[in-house]
Amino acid sequence: VPDILVYALHYEGAINKNSLGAVSEGARLASELGGECHAIVVGGDDLTDDLASSVGAYGATKVYRASAPEGLAQPVVDAMAKVIADDGHGYALFGGGLLGFEVGAGLAARLGAGVAMEVTAVRAEGGKLIAERPILGDSAISEINFRSDVGIIIGRLNAFESKESGGAAATVQDVDVELSPHAQQATMVQRGEQRGADVDIEGADVLVAGGRGLGKAEGFELVEELAKAFGGNSAVAATRAVVDAGWYPYAAQIGQTGKTVAPKLYLAAGISGAIQHKVGMQSSENIVAINKDANAPIFEFSDLGVVGDLNKIVPKLTEAIKAKKGG
Amino acid sequence: VKICVLVKEVPDAAVQKRIDASTGRMDRSGEKNLNPYDTHAIEAAMQIKEGGNVEVEEIVAVTMGPESAVRALHKAVSLGADRSVHLTDPALAGSDVAATGYALAQTLKRESPDLVLLGQQSDDGECYTIGAVVAEHLQMPSLTQVIKMDVDSEKLRCERQAEYGYDTVEVRLPAVISVGDAINEPRYPSLKAIMGAKKKPLDTVATGDADIDASRVGGDNSAAQWTSSKAPPEKSAGTIIEDEDTNETVDKIVAWLDERKLI
Repeated sequence: VPDILVYALHYEGAINKNSLGAVSEGARLASELGGECHAIVVGGDDLTDDLASSVGAYGATKVYRASAPEGLAQPVVDAMAKVIADDGHGYALFGGGLLGFEVGAGLAARLGAGVAMEVTAVRAEGGKLIAERPILGDSAISEINFRSDVGIIIGRLNAFESKESGGAAATVQDVDVELSPHAQQATMVQRGEQRGADVDIEGADVLVAGGRGLGKAEGFELVEELAKAFGGNSAVAATRAVVDAGWYPYAAQIGQTGKTVAPKLYLAAGISGAIQHKVGMQSSENIVAINKDANAPIFEFSDLGVVGDLNKIVPKLTEAIKAKKGG
Repeated sequence: VKICVLVKEVPDAAVQKRIDASTGRMDRSGEKNLNPYDTHAIEAAMQIKEGGNVEVEEIVAVTMGPESAVRALHKAVSLGADRSVHLTDPALAGSDVAATGYALAQTLKRESPDLVLLGQQSDDGECYTIGAVVAEHLQMPSLTQVIKMDVDSEKLRCERQAEYGYDTVEVRLPAVISVGDAINEPRYPSLKAIMGAKKKPLDTVATGDADIDASRVGGDNSAAQWTSSKAPPEKSAGTIIEDEDTNETVDKIVAWLDERKLI
């Protein structure tokens, strides 16, 4: 069956943006295959008819609703495996993010299905889907075909754009899922805890971002001074590594599960440029990178790359920008 | 408890990685090393052992790979594993992530671990996924990208960053946990540990020994077929400044920013 099943993650009454992107992409691909795009939502009482059926606006014709614990992957694997066994979807599609990877991989194991991850583009050809995945630090793109009954495609974060299709509300179909024993051995204690101050980085024109190359939490003082020198609408951002290390607030995090930004200027200090960071900031208009490692991947997508010691360069740059502004 | 740590040999970060044009798969020849993310998993196992909350019976490093992968196991043992298991068989070559996870799970079943640890990603190929595949085959609960883990005899309390902030999840053992690099700072092996690593027990296992169905593994049997690779769209290279005289460097940066009206 050329139907596509898309996992739609939700939290506090809203469907995840990357999931909606996957629904849009699934709808486009399903129409090329001559099938339909369906979504599946898993959670508790907050999954109202209105919320569940809202995926129709992005092109899903039907949405399955399963009552199971939220925020954990294995209950979703149970639910999707049941739906696919009953209705025979040919592909499962995920919009990326932590749970998408976990559910997709678990489902592949459950179904004996092929899985492609970090996918940036999908096309229909000869009645089948072919996934494209950048590899080797994005220096090459591999194509992946599926020879299993079900193909599993996990998108890279922000790879699929959500587009309102003008479709009608999706039909809501409740599914009864019996959780497998191992899915019941994990319990959410606390979900979505915010750590550190709440800062706004999405609206900034100038973002100065710091990574592990700052050496220690105090290294962010250099970055903050530089952001302040730019004045006006500037802010400080951080990579996941330093946020997890507790050097900077979660709200300032770029990429991965953090925010996506597109400022006029993105100045990266001590950031090597991992893919998970890149997907969150590559739409910035101008990218400047300062890093002591000439081989850092960030230099491959920066407009101006400065190879050198940020501890020497950043303070002088701060002074020079202050002087320029003052003069 | 018994802890198994899954490790992997990856091309050394300093080596230029490439795709073998004839197979569409990664060329895995050249200098190799233990996947850096896996050193965090071994360190996490060591910290559980040394933490004293539970008694750790042993730590076993497990890998799948060609003969050369033995070096990754030696490194794992030098970092604290008590012994190692090497799954190696020509039939496994070219396995995709689903087939690899199946083969590793079959190998782990021989060991009956209470806890399986691994690094959240490999430096080279697949991303974030092998732990979830292994867990499904072992019918164990699983979490990936864990950055804090407290253990007692029956359960783990894990923290990780998920889509909407930090999540805290309790997991009953046995379980499969992949750890992020923020979880710890791996220790350096002592010279004595490096010298002694080759003397620790190493069990070499083929598909038949681990009850692995050969028709489910290997490149030709994998459900995801990597057919070809192509170059990504060209992006014009940016300007590069090598900092020699910092005052001069800063002048150049300011001029560049000024030209684009960014100051």
